[in-house]
Amino acid sequence: MAVNMECLATLKGHEDRVWCVAWNHSGTLLATCGTDKVVCIWKLEGERWIRSSVLSDGHSRTIRCVTWSPCDKLLTSTSFDGTTAVWDRKNGEFECALTLEGHENEVKCAAWSPSGQFLATCGRDKRVWIWSIDDDSDYECSSVLSSHTQDVKSVTWHPHKDTLLSTSYDNTIRIYEEQEDDWECISVLESHTSTVWAAAFDKTGQRFASCSDDCSVKIWQEYLPQNKEGVITPGNHSTWKCICSLSGYHQRTIYDIKWNNVTGYIATACGDNSIRIFSESADSDDNAPSFQMIAQMKNAHNEDVNSIDWNPAKPDMLASCSDDGDIKLWRLSSEV
Amino acid sequence: MKRLSMTYTVASLMDNTNPEIYKISSEREITQTELSDDVEDEFDSWEVFDILRSIKDPEHPLTLEELNVVDKSLIQVDNKNNSISIQFTPTVPHCSLATLIGLSIRVKLVRSLPPRFKVDVKINPGSHVSEIAVNKQLNDKERVAAALENFDLLRTVNKCLEER
Repeated sequence: MAVNMECLATLKGHEDRVWCVAWNHSGTLLATCGTDKVVCIWKLEGERWIRSSVLSDGHSRTIRCVTWSPCDKLLTSTSFDGTTAVWDRKNGEFECALTLEGHENEVKCAAWSPSGQFLATCGRDKRVWIWSIDDDSDYECSSVLSSHTQDVKSVTWHPHKDTLLSTSYDNTIRIYEEQEDDWECISVLESHTSTVWAAAFDKTGQRFASCSDDCSVKIWQEYLPQNKEGVITPGNHSTWKCICSLSGYHQRTIYDIKWNNVTGYIATACGDNSIRIFSESADSDDNAPSFQMIAQMKNAHNEDVNSIDWNPAKPDMLASCSDDGDIKLWRLSSEV
Repeated sequence: MKRLSMTYTVASLMDNTNPEIYKISSEREITQTELSDDVEDEFDSWEVFDILRSIKDPEHPLTLEELNVVDKSLIQVDNKNNSISIQFTPTVPHCSLATLIGLSIRVKLVRSLPPRFKVDVKINPGSHVSEIAVNKQLNDKERVAAALENFDLLRTVNKCLEER
């Protein structure tokens, strides 16, 4: 099976490299950010995608990542200036509500837990910070995790549980859970042979996919204690096992990966300017699945593709951004 | 509170106080085809070498060519795939400025070449003790981008790139 990819729109507005694209949960607003130190918010007006807001003055250096809170009311931006800004959306206008400080240098990524109770940030200081947010919208640092030995590139929450995953320049993926009284790293996953740039869970949370500078994508599966497959689970924690490795498809670093909740498709953003879509084969074995590439948009952008995101409301819609300064919206359709 | 974005040492003590100076290469020969306006000239290793040869060493008043840090034979250009690969040779295997030199090479190329080119800058295998770590750092575009937002570092790089 193959799918077609068609470019719906090219959004121009950033003045330099665009680092990140992020849909809000209702799929109506797209937030983007980059080297020009601003966050742009895009929305559909009539037939056209327009830039509805430009959030400036929040950061003094590159904005690496933007992410929406589960309720879509808040937006966070993380910056090379060492801070994370929380923007509050009131009457359609965004206002910088507060700035979270603590990282020693560049903050690379932020992620909200599905409950909205926690915000995780990570950075080049090798640390992952977990902020807890109380009912009065007060942010308190609940943990500083120093498990990684190098630059932490991304953080991602499990879709239903308060389980956090981080990926790093030290080639590992680490998993954290709240134990008796503090957050702890409960698992170190080694398999990639270079920087792990990002990871994405599937909708069940029992699998996630990771992408790396080693040009491979890996699929990991959770084995709960007392699993029927007999996978050993030390310390009564789940064991995550790499059950599939996709090599040979990407020619350069893979910077981002996203798993679609509805279609189950996996999209990758690559330094070879291309976007690729993978799907699990129909006759795939649960414990040793096979995935096939069902679409490849070569030269989707003129330069590296840095980030991609599936529209949560429209499962056939994908946003991407690039070093070339463009943001593109894509539609996938089944090949007739 | 802010630290240097990449771990560079702007050396106060020289790593290599008495470097060997190499004879510089001759200029490229200009062919008939290149003089013709009807033929589109492709990028080649000579052209990339010409871009890089005049970069100055951070600690000596000499060029990377004179120190044999860059050499035409260690430059590969693949026009079809828009890729360029450079290997450079630090003057001594423990050179603390290897990352800075590599960064200068990268910045010079970004400023001189069309953006379609993917550039890999690496240490000539076997010529540096921290080869793997330096290569990884130089080819992580996020860390390079962060480093170049560091004013002091950018000034140091720009000094290496000043025309004589």
